[in-house]
Amino acid sequence: MKGLVAKGSIRRRLVFQLAAVAALLSVAFFLLVREVAERAAEQTQDNILASSATAIADAMYTDRGQVTLELPYSAISMLGAINQDRVFYRVVVSGKTLTGYDDLPIPSEQTIRSGNIFSTYFYRREDVRSVTVFRSITVGNRPQQVVISVAQTQLGLAAISTRITSTATAIAVGFFLVATALSLFAAQAALLPLNRMTQAVARRGPNDLRPVIADTPTELIPLVEALNKFIERLQSTLQRSEELIAEAAHRIRTPLATVRTQAEITHRRLNKPEHKQAIREMIRAVDESSRSAGQLLDHAMVTFRADSLEKAPVDLARLLDETCDRLAPTAELKDIDIIRDIPDQPLTIIGDRILLQSALRNMLDNAIKYSPEDSQISVTASSDQGYRLEIRDMGRGFTGTEINNLTGRYSRGSNVSDIVGSGLGLTIADEVARSHGGALEISKNNEGAGACVSLAFPHS
Amino acid sequence: MCFTRISTFLTAILIWIAVPASGFDIEVRQVFPAKSETAQLNIISTADLGAFRPIILKFQAQNPGVTVDYTIASSTELMKAIYQENARFDLAISSAMDLQTKIANDGLAKTFTSQQTDDLPDWAKWRNQVFAFTQEPAVLVVSDAFFPTDNTPASRDELIELLRENPERFLGRAGTYDVRTSGLGYLFATQDSRSSESFWRLTEIMGRLDSKLYCCSSQMISDVASGKLAFAYNVLGSYAASRLPYTKGFRIVELEDFLSVMLRTVLIPTNAENDGTARLMVNFLVTLNEKPELVRASGLPPISDAELQSNNALRPIRLGPGLLVFLDRLKRENFISSWANSIEQD
Repeated sequence: MKGLVAKGSIRRRLVFQLAAVAALLSVAFFLLVREVAERAAEQTQDNILASSATAIADAMYTDRGQVTLELPYSAISMLGAINQDRVFYRVVVSGKTLTGYDDLPIPSEQTIRSGNIFSTYFYRREDVRSVTVFRSITVGNRPQQVVISVAQTQLGLAAISTRITSTATAIAVGFFLVATALSLFAAQAALLPLNRMTQAVARRGPNDLRPVIADTPTELIPLVEALNKFIERLQSTLQRSEELIAEAAHRIRTPLATVRTQAEITHRRLNKPEHKQAIREMIRAVDESSRSAGQLLDHAMVTFRADSLEKAPVDLARLLDETCDRLAPTAELKDIDIIRDIPDQPLTIIGDRILLQSALRNMLDNAIKYSPEDSQISVTASSDQGYRLEIRDMGRGFTGTEINNLTGRYSRGSNVSDIVGSGLGLTIADEVARSHGGALEISKNNEGAGACVSLAFPHS
Repeated sequence: MCFTRISTFLTAILIWIAVPASGFDIEVRQVFPAKSETAQLNIISTADLGAFRPIILKFQAQNPGVTVDYTIASSTELMKAIYQENARFDLAISSAMDLQTKIANDGLAKTFTSQQTDDLPDWAKWRNQVFAFTQEPAVLVVSDAFFPTDNTPASRDELIELLRENPERFLGRAGTYDVRTSGLGYLFATQDSRSSESFWRLTEIMGRLDSKLYCCSSQMISDVASGKLAFAYNVLGSYAASRLPYTKGFRIVELEDFLSVMLRTVLIPTNAENDGTARLMVNFLVTLNEKPELVRASGLPPISDAELQSNNALRPIRLGPGLLVFLDRLKRENFISSWANSIEQD
């Protein structure tokens, strides 16, 4: 539809929102993985430090009244087994350094407790993680406080952290990409019913006013219901107006017939030629009005019946023949010769007899009306490629540019303003043709002046 | 050891320095000047010139602008030098793996990585600060006079059995490092004690046989070769091998149960001033295995993972904090007193 400016796209918004959620989840995932993994790595280092310090504590013994230590090889070498970090240790007995790095910080006396104390601090140009354990060793009834501290730099931890970070980054980026691709797909899939519905509505013919009954997802039911209500309203409005037109035409036609009869009687009684002429004018006008009313009636009927087409075999050849028969008197009035070229064998299609009849009548009526007196109209039926019913006259024809517009309601050729007409004839024929899957074709008469109007139907 | 060899390199200048005021003792200092000097490299090392001169000359051939100032000191004096602020060395090369590890652990070594150091096996480097460039096993050196060629002990247990059965024959004829004075001897002894209980039994029996104690490998080899000793235990294999061509009367026995392998290591001290040339030299040293002529000339066996795979008796001493354990004051006191009690039984 022209004039509708797109404001945002559901699909784009859906994709962006899903991608934003995926990005958020990726970041959260990244942080979580890194946090958990780094905690685990730190825990591992802490555990090894603690077992190292405990091993040293267990190797403490008293010798000749002195607390001393046989440093177990494994206590220190185990720290070198998992990484290449620098290792420091210090053993303090009653405030004096027994062995190790005597400048390694140890917790003050106040914090001395039974549990292990972990801390991180800067020592000898690097951050170190340390554990301190406490033991009380009794030497000659005097308890001696032993403090054992083991520290290790965090190079290995940093390496693990770098590795975890790059792995977590790769996973998070991968997750984001996959999630974004999936969200594109999801948006596509979510909008599928909408697209299907749009197509179902767009495919409809101009007169198709049935309610939409395509498979409808829950979310679209209110929209479809509103649309159906709208269609229903539109249909009833249209119906009312058609009914009104039919009613009006009907009510006009009956009194007009009376007027015409009375006028004819009067015509016969009158003697003065100018009076007779006036009455003839009057009769002609009444005829025209009656014809227009008939066409309005036909048109209203076509509109109704096109929605619920009656399907029965109709022989187009006989129908055309009958139409010619019926309109022959009218033609004779203008001394018009109807030359028929209709095959004897039936040209049968499945369709609505009344509608087809109405279309043919209007076409022939038009031809008669616009033909000059004492001319010929040729009526042809053929079945080469589909059925073709053709009516050629020798009237004024149509100008090339208006041909396309002639089938519109109430539109008439530009050169017929001096002839009374409703402009509905070709509209009716066109609508009937289309409701039967055929087409109305209008062209100039190839054999001289005039028009050629034909109905074409596919073989049924 | 090799000081007596006369240098044929005319530009080399030999400088003897008595006791420097800076607080650490050095044995020898020699400068190898470049023809047109663009860079300097000050090395402090425990390796003697005989082994290192070919390496330095080859290095200078590849890097003509570098003047190399080579100072030899004992491993403890080397350590003192590194811990001193004003003694600026660009490289510390030492056979004392424990002391080199301690230098790195105390944060006094620079981290360095290169293609060459990356190619080193993991066991031959620590923290990318300490890089091993030789692997030198501790071997048994036996005298031809005491051991006929068809009767050589293949393991420590066989050696112990031999000594138990023939105490009078080996009385005063066994030799090993005095771990109280030799850092390398202490390193080998402590690693032996970790590897097997047979070490203590051997020490015990050698004590009963009134074994001779030595400070250095060279003297032990000389005494074995001359027949003064029947065998010497835990002699540095590379020295013994370098003596073989011109000293008769001894054989090298690689025991089958295990061989402690000392790794000679190099590190760049944090106060090094000529980082660039120091790195060149580290790369040069760790690719010693690609220079067979230099291996022959220096007598230093290069790092070889393949050799380790083929001989599973080889046990390279592991770089890392484990080496700090035997540097612990109490641990050292305990170990030395146990060892002294075993070896001196009078």
